[in-house]
Amino acid sequence: MTDLHEFRAATRAWLEENCPDEMRQPMSEADVCWGGRNWTFQSQAQQDWLKRMAAKGWTVPTWPTVCGGAALSGDQDRILKEEMARINARPPLQSFGIWMLGPALLAFGTDAQKQHFLPQIARGEIRWCQGYSEPGAGSDLASLQTKGVDCGDHFEVSGQKIWTSYADQADWIFCLVRTEPEAVKHKGISFLLFDMASPGVTTKPIQLISGSSPFCETFFDAVKVPAEQIVGDRGNGWTIAKYLLTHEREMIGATDSPLFGSEDLVEAARDALGLDDQGRLDDPILRGRIADFLIDEIAFDAELARAKSWIRAGKQLGAESATLKYTGTELNKRRQELLMAAGGLDALEWDFTDAAADEKASLWLRSKGNSIEGGTSEVMLSILSKAVLELG
Amino acid sequence: MRLLNEEQTMIRDMAAGFLDEKAPVDALRTQRDAGGGFDAALLKDMAEMGWFGMLLGEDAGGVDMGAQAAGLVAEEMGRRLSASPFLSSGVMAATTLRATSETSWAAKVAVGHAVVAMGIDERIRHRPNAIETRAEKSGNGFVLNGAKKFVSDGAGADRIIVTAGTDDGLALFLIDPGLDGVDTRALKTVDNRNAADLSFSGVQLDGAALLAIGSAAQDALDSALRVGRSVASAELIGVSKEVAGRTTAYLKERKQFGLTLASFQALQHRAADLYTQIQTTDAVVAAALQAIDDGAEDAELLSRVAKAKAGKTASLAVREALQMHGGIGMTDELDIGLFMKKARACAEYLGDGECHGEWLLQQRGL
Repeated sequence: MTDLHEFRAATRAWLEENCPDEMRQPMSEADVCWGGRNWTFQSQAQQDWLKRMAAKGWTVPTWPTVCGGAALSGDQDRILKEEMARINARPPLQSFGIWMLGPALLAFGTDAQKQHFLPQIARGEIRWCQGYSEPGAGSDLASLQTKGVDCGDHFEVSGQKIWTSYADQADWIFCLVRTEPEAVKHKGISFLLFDMASPGVTTKPIQLISGSSPFCETFFDAVKVPAEQIVGDRGNGWTIAKYLLTHEREMIGATDSPLFGSEDLVEAARDALGLDDQGRLDDPILRGRIADFLIDEIAFDAELARAKSWIRAGKQLGAESATLKYTGTELNKRRQELLMAAGGLDALEWDFTDAAADEKASLWLRSKGNSIEGGTSEVMLSILSKAVLELG
Repeated sequence: MRLLNEEQTMIRDMAAGFLDEKAPVDALRTQRDAGGGFDAALLKDMAEMGWFGMLLGEDAGGVDMGAQAAGLVAEEMGRRLSASPFLSSGVMAATTLRATSETSWAAKVAVGHAVVAMGIDERIRHRPNAIETRAEKSGNGFVLNGAKKFVSDGAGADRIIVTAGTDDGLALFLIDPGLDGVDTRALKTVDNRNAADLSFSGVQLDGAALLAIGSAAQDALDSALRVGRSVASAELIGVSKEVAGRTTAYLKERKQFGLTLASFQALQHRAADLYTQIQTTDAVVAAALQAIDDGAEDAELLSRVAKAKAGKTASLAVREALQMHGGIGMTDELDIGLFMKKARACAEYLGDGECHGEWLLQQRGL
């Protein structure tokens, strides 16, 4: 306990000294530091903050030190997060490398791969994207058809991915390809890492109903991938992919993710509709729907807090991540519907060609994808009915 | 799924073992068919387990185990529809007596020698602060006039804690239902428990009947309601888990069109959706009980959200259970209907989603 007290005191002092004032301000999605080869820092403060945190190993606090982390225990990691929250410190770096590839490499990578890739992720030098979905492989991801032909010292990758977030800005991709066309579908997939600057890679952004998006279509035309850039054994990629999807679900299920927007429903409704002479929202039926929503939202907050405490206690969420993903995304869709209803006719004002300028309508439309991406609600229910209820 | 420590696991397992033997669903059915109230011998056995003293201090013969422990017992009771005055006497009355330092009756509650019920509702929907019952000062005591609805375990209780308005604000009285002017009308209810309507007509109370007055009375009442709601929510989660479990088992066994019902995706997804609702509810119920034990500021909020959510989820669970059982679910022979009746009564009692949703909206300035 004393050690933790000392750790907290030292952490607090270090953060006070090293976190620039500009990095203690509330942030929007545009203020996220994603890093990468081509990253242009938005400010000197953003750059300093990343450098200092990376040097401490605190961009990935729980990773081993040889991998760029600080090998913090669960309790120390919690204290670091609490101390950062105390001064409103922004995350120094956010990336798919930290959230998704890193944990997968730690679990399945060779020592050489860990020591090569993880420190670069920790320092924000390489920005990663995820090559999973294909036009013909959405919910049925394991039916993917992008080919990876084993040519001895390299794989030759050809095919198409879709919904590749930030493919146009990413430096490298972690990608599922079919290397064993004869095997049953789950057994024929391998997990490859390669440079998006490789000859034969092209990307094309996708516009959504909500306006521009980070999603891209990604095309591979005989891309050469060195043989040592496979993670795990040939044909074992599905195991890694599933492991990684669990991390993605936990992330999407968490309502504090920037995807969800933070407009306060209660305030928005009060400002837009006003109160009647008894101090009640001047729309009794909408008011009742808001009450129903708030009850479910507060209950879900308790569920999220419980999941976090399980993780801190060293327990795997497993199928529970499907519950969080399903409940969290369905809840956010309801929230956005209520925000639009509370906004009434005013909420309809929106210019598609400048979609981001007014968040309300674009967040409402974007939220419809929450229960599709990262596994649809229906896939989550199927997972739960099989893995937990053992139906089928 | 909750992470229980060793002591909590022991409490739960002991409760499950005891109730399987002494108060399973069949016991409620037998009691209903016989038209009886709660079983005095069972009450004594439960008290010997320490359950009626869980929320009482050692000064009153209690074991002071806290709301989380009471919640574990209540959840197991919900799974078996065990009929007992645990919630009324062991939880809410015990909390009120403790808050008002009334140790002699608390000691009787703790050992199961007395049942103390709570007279807190006057309206048909839970509004514990809408009190028309009045107590006027008279000599050293008071004269009580008014009525209380649906006093849970009010038929056969040894004492009733009654809320009343006075010139000095809210007061709590501990009343002997045998006093002149007290009329007790036992109710037959859908969940087959011992509720009663009580009326008070010029009831003479001596000064000792007053438990608390003014803000002390309000604090004691709030505290009893907070704990009562949270423990009732745990009972509801027990109901939900039990019927969901029985339904899942039935889906695996029942065949139609040459297939088990479990192979139909329409039913799989409904069962899975119910599972997620139960998980969310379980989390907020656990959070409410813990907040009470921790003395956390959000205990009031969480206890209300837990009760609202637990009622909604139990309602969904019993409706889905009945529909997925099909025609057999409609028969009295199967237990699903008994769970449905319990869920309705327990969701209504101490307030449902509308009641606590209204509080939440006012709290948030809407």
